Amino acid sequence: MTDDAIRIGDPDERPLTGAFRADGRPLDIDEYMAAGGYEALRTALRDMAPGDVTQVVSDSGLRGRGGAGYATGRKWSFVPMGADAPPIKHVVCNGDEMEPGSFKDRFLIQGNPHQLVEGMALACYAIGARTGYIFVRDQYDVPAALIEGAIAAAHERGLLGEHVLGSDFSVDINLHVSIGRYMCGEASAMLNALQSDRPNPRWRPPHMASAGLWSRPTVINNVESLCCVPAILRLGVERWRGLGLTDEGGTRVCGVSGRARRTGAWELPVGTPLRHLIEDLAGGMRDGARLRAVLPGGASTPFIPADGIDVLMDFDHMKQAGYGLGTATALLVDDSICPVGLTLNLLRFFAQESCGWCTPCWAGLPWAVDVVTDIEEGRGRPEQLELLEELCWTMGEQMCFCDLAPSATKPLSTSMKLFRDEWLQHIEEGRCSYRDHGVAGGDTSSLGGAAGPGPGAGGPGPGGEA
Amino acid sequence: MLSDEERAEIEAVLPHYPHRRSAAASAFRIVQKHRGWVSDEALADIAALLDETVEQLDARATFANMVFRRPVGRHVILICDSDCCYVMGYERMRDHLERSLGVALGGTTADGRFTLLPIVCLAQCDHAPAMQVDADFHGDLTPERIDEILARYE
Repeated sequence: MTDDAIRIGDPDERPLTGAFRADGRPLDIDEYMAAGGYEALRTALRDMAPGDVTQVVSDSGLRGRGGAGYATGRKWSFVPMGADAPPIKHVVCNGDEMEPGSFKDRFLIQGNPHQLVEGMALACYAIGARTGYIFVRDQYDVPAALIEGAIAAAHERGLLGEHVLGSDFSVDINLHVSIGRYMCGEASAMLNALQSDRPNPRWRPPHMASAGLWSRPTVINNVESLCCVPAILRLGVERWRGLGLTDEGGTRVCGVSGRARRTGAWELPVGTPLRHLIEDLAGGMRDGARLRAVLPGGASTPFIPADGIDVLMDFDHMKQAGYGLGTATALLVDDSICPVGLTLNLLRFFAQESCGWCTPCWAGLPWAVDVVTDIEEGRGRPEQLELLEELCWTMGEQMCFCDLAPSATKPLSTSMKLFRDEWLQHIEEGRCSYRDHGVAGGDTSSLGGAAGPGPGAGGPGPGGEA
Repeated sequence: MLSDEERAEIEAVLPHYPHRRSAAASAFRIVQKHRGWVSDEALADIAALLDETVEQLDARATFANMVFRRPVGRHVILICDSDCCYVMGYERMRDHLERSLGVALGGTTADGRFTLLPIVCLAQCDHAPAMQVDADFHGDLTPERIDEILARYE
């Protein structure tokens, strides 16, 4: 099976990506409409009250694809509705894809920007919002241009703007491009960034559904969550749920990076075994590399040991197994990578991106970086492992203002548990044995990566030739 | 003084927001597109245009990592240092860039051609190791490929 064959299939089985073009060019509005695009919006405006749309999304079982997995319909249902509700409300799309290891939102926007625009319009209709914002990160020059083009094309066809499709519903969608920092991806910090305030997270309550952007009722959803909404309405709850292999239902874009034969993104039934993603779709490891662990859904998820990959990829199964699904984009960690060095890399990221608001985070993360640097560089002492465990407690969920520092503890604590022997070896031998061999940070020199296609090719990563 | 073009572009985004000050991020991006960076003078001009204080605006600018408050080279190289690129050879790519440009991370080449900066995950991890030069993404890097890419930027 070629990579394209994996990506392109029956649109009904892969409702988010089935209509993607094989050449990688994004769908234009005519192509999207030929594939059923904007039908969900048309149907909703004609036949459904706003509350009905929220009910369908609730019944679909859709859970937020940004990583936290909060029920999307439930989130929408908290927004005040009816005659007494505040007249101005907002929908914000979180397209600040800066979670290390996640590339699914870019994949979805670059495949079909209109799907997101339709999802935004439906979300605005459901909660009674007149204005929506699509917040994308800096460096998303290509996705941003595509979204801008899609918004303009939708306006021309009467799918956005005043009296959408002749209805009483009017909506404007604006693009906002960030000026950087991971913290902006935290929902409440994103609202501050949009307002041009310092992007610290906000205390709750008030909850954003009652006082969010400019103190108006606001719903914030991830790009992929919003892309699911037109598909859910088009297919209906039963068919959408039936696409999944577990109770959660539906499909999900899953990705693979690292030293796999094929890297990339695939839309899969929710509940697909992680092993199927790694061994069948990604083709396993290449160049004699051996899988040691998986970081299953971004830097904020715990490491999964290589013998733990029979877990099913939905929120509940991953959680029951003690892992986390996160963004469902898996980094495969092979045996050429020093687990201490990789953990240090992750901690440096979190320390750098701390907003500086609460003490466990701004003080704890740089401290953890210092300690792990000592260990990685051969100056470690045995008692420092206990100190790191204590720091994981200090930076836990009950201690911090937001999830940034607690997220950092997940790869740290699981790395120390899974790779205990190697942490101890670093301390006992006073050196990193990987670094002595010159491959601590991986090494592509012998791995044939040079001929891999660039991003314009829309193809898979290097190594697919094997 | 903001140019007429800069002013017109900033005013075009004002209707997207209920308050003028909320256009600050867009204004920074517009000015930086034209000048490469945002000087104290430019920042004060933006503040005046958006009815915002210089202090508030500078606080916003310095929290962000993509508003350059010092001059940069004609092209800005952003080399990804996050986990997937680390696994696939980031350190080697960084070392190669530093050696061939003769600057460390954060530096600008003597001829003003390139500024080299680290960036968090560029979200194309299936093409790690990766970098971005100006608005162009480049993945599946090797030292040889980096040399080819840099030769395209004058």
